[in-house]
Amino acid sequence: MPLLELRDVRRAFRSPDGEDQLILDVPSFEVEGGQQVAIAGTSGSGKTTFLNIIAGLLAPTSGDVVWDGDVVSGMGEAKRDAWRARELGYVFQTFNLLGGYTALENVTLGMMFGPGPDRAFATSLLERLGLADRLRHRPAQLSIGQQQRVALARALANRPRLVLADEPTGNLDPRFALEALGLLRELCREQGAALICVSHDPRVLDDFGDALDFAVLNRAMAEEPQGS
Amino acid sequence: MRSLLFIVARSLRQHLLSTIITVISAGLASGLVMSVFTVSEQSRTAFTGGDIGYDAVLGAKGSQLQLVLNTVFHLETSPGNIPWSLYQEVKGRGDVRYAIPYALGDNLYGYRIVGTTREIFDVFEFQNGEKFRFQGDGQPFDEGFQEAVLGSVVAEKLGLKRGDTFRPYHGLQYMPGSAPHQELYKITGVLEPTNTANDGVIWIPIEGIFRMDGHKLAGGTEEVERGAAIPDEWKEVSAVMLKYSSPIRGKFMQDEIRRGDSATLAWPIASVLGTFFLKIGWITKVLVYVAYLVVVVAGFGLLASIYNTMNERRREFAILRALGARKQTVFSAIVLEASAIALLGSLLGYLIYGGILFGSAMIIREQTGVVLDVTSVHPSLLWTPLGMVVVGALAGVIPAIKAYSTDVARTLA
Repeated sequence: MPLLELRDVRRAFRSPDGEDQLILDVPSFEVEGGQQVAIAGTSGSGKTTFLNIIAGLLAPTSGDVVWDGDVVSGMGEAKRDAWRARELGYVFQTFNLLGGYTALENVTLGMMFGPGPDRAFATSLLERLGLADRLRHRPAQLSIGQQQRVALARALANRPRLVLADEPTGNLDPRFALEALGLLRELCREQGAALICVSHDPRVLDDFGDALDFAVLNRAMAEEPQGS
Repeated sequence: MRSLLFIVARSLRQHLLSTIITVISAGLASGLVMSVFTVSEQSRTAFTGGDIGYDAVLGAKGSQLQLVLNTVFHLETSPGNIPWSLYQEVKGRGDVRYAIPYALGDNLYGYRIVGTTREIFDVFEFQNGEKFRFQGDGQPFDEGFQEAVLGSVVAEKLGLKRGDTFRPYHGLQYMPGSAPHQELYKITGVLEPTNTANDGVIWIPIEGIFRMDGHKLAGGTEEVERGAAIPDEWKEVSAVMLKYSSPIRGKFMQDEIRRGDSATLAWPIASVLGTFFLKIGWITKVLVYVAYLVVVVAGFGLLASIYNTMNERRREFAILRALGARKQTVFSAIVLEASAIALLGSLLGYLIYGGILFGSAMIIREQTGVVLDVTSVHPSLLWTPLGMVVVGALAGVIPAIKAYSTDVARTLA
């Protein structure tokens, strides 16, 4: 049984003129436990919508997201929140760190909604990512690369079974982009977590080698490219 | 719960300035409400509840309240005089334990001078069997001399001590620039503080009032020659302070006095003052309503303070939701934050309450000599902070609903 399975997942948005526009139409998609998948797609192709639906942040208009045999969209909201906190890690394109929290607090905060705060593990993750002397720094006091690494630590802090990475190198200096990606992949491997990484960065896609084409995956794109 | 407290603590820290301002606003509101209730309650108790050493006051025909305020608390003007013969009559009654005459009409820089007899030091009990005591080696005045005894507040405020002298001023109020009387009074002693209105009084022999230059005596306009005796029919007193063998005896005397038409007996004193507080009860009500209004304003201030940060915090809530925080967690965090601000405000309110209470107690003591019991605990000290927290929680509901309904995917897009 795959860890994650999408079955005929569609998502439409209502346009300002009142018409429903189909953004996402994925007939089938599967990820096995520990598998690392890269998805190549251009900006505005619906990749973020795709990840948000997997994460349960957005409900599909039709179809099912199935997690380990359970239909995610069929869970109640509270159960889905708990599932997300426990099973998923999410690396956002813009990192989405909380400005009022230190690097360590940003990492431990996510743990509070999952298995519970483990400062020692959070600290060890940040140290592993080269931020040992930045634990008490707030995001504004960190470089972009350091912020990215805090975001990686936060996504991995709950030892999730699946990590979603949305353009994880999009905001990084080319020198650090591959280093960050390498760390992410390495940590996922160590924790046995599956990884779905969507990107339009050729260096990222090359690193994975066998990236899926989002235009193929998403049939809605074949009809008319839409923004997400 | 731990995550909630963590989020709330960080948010309070992140919005420190608006947190501090809102806490101060809530503190002022809370402190004001507690102060209004406590000061009004304590004032009523202090003025009506304690033993003041007298059961009744006999004075000129008029208002009982004016008579009590004038003689017991040394406020208000004197309603007039009663003849010396009436004083002697009540003094001679078997049911009267002591009858002490007061003759008023002069002051020293605003502090009242009361002409009386030595009984004020010998038999008068200002509180539960306690008589006046002198500081150091002070002595009562000699009724045959121009001598005076000072209450502790007078001595402290005017910087006078035993052996000093002064000239009284005419009238109950001090008029700057007015000339003093000719008579020079020597201070024979200063009383220990009694925490009553008596601390603000200067006691002199009653003959001194009669003989003061410029004072007209009943039945004649002439002044009495030095050394000559004053005929009783020329003498008048402002009031006679009465202590009965049994307080209920005042009822019989009141009936007798009512049958006449020349005097008023204020009895029982606590009841007379109670009527006064009933009459001015509306002032307390207005103050309470104003205090409640301040609480409402503080509540709206709290709402505005949190609501104004909602736009910048919407993304924060979306991130929390993406990390797995439940909608209810986000909702509760906002309500808890508003409640925490209100709670901190309430704690500050206790400090503000303490300041207002001590300030009020000091002013009331200086103005009337009456001491408020600042250690007394009014129920408002419990329900005001609780009420403030409830107001805070309610103020947090609207922003919390806004946070609750945040569209996570759209906000993070």
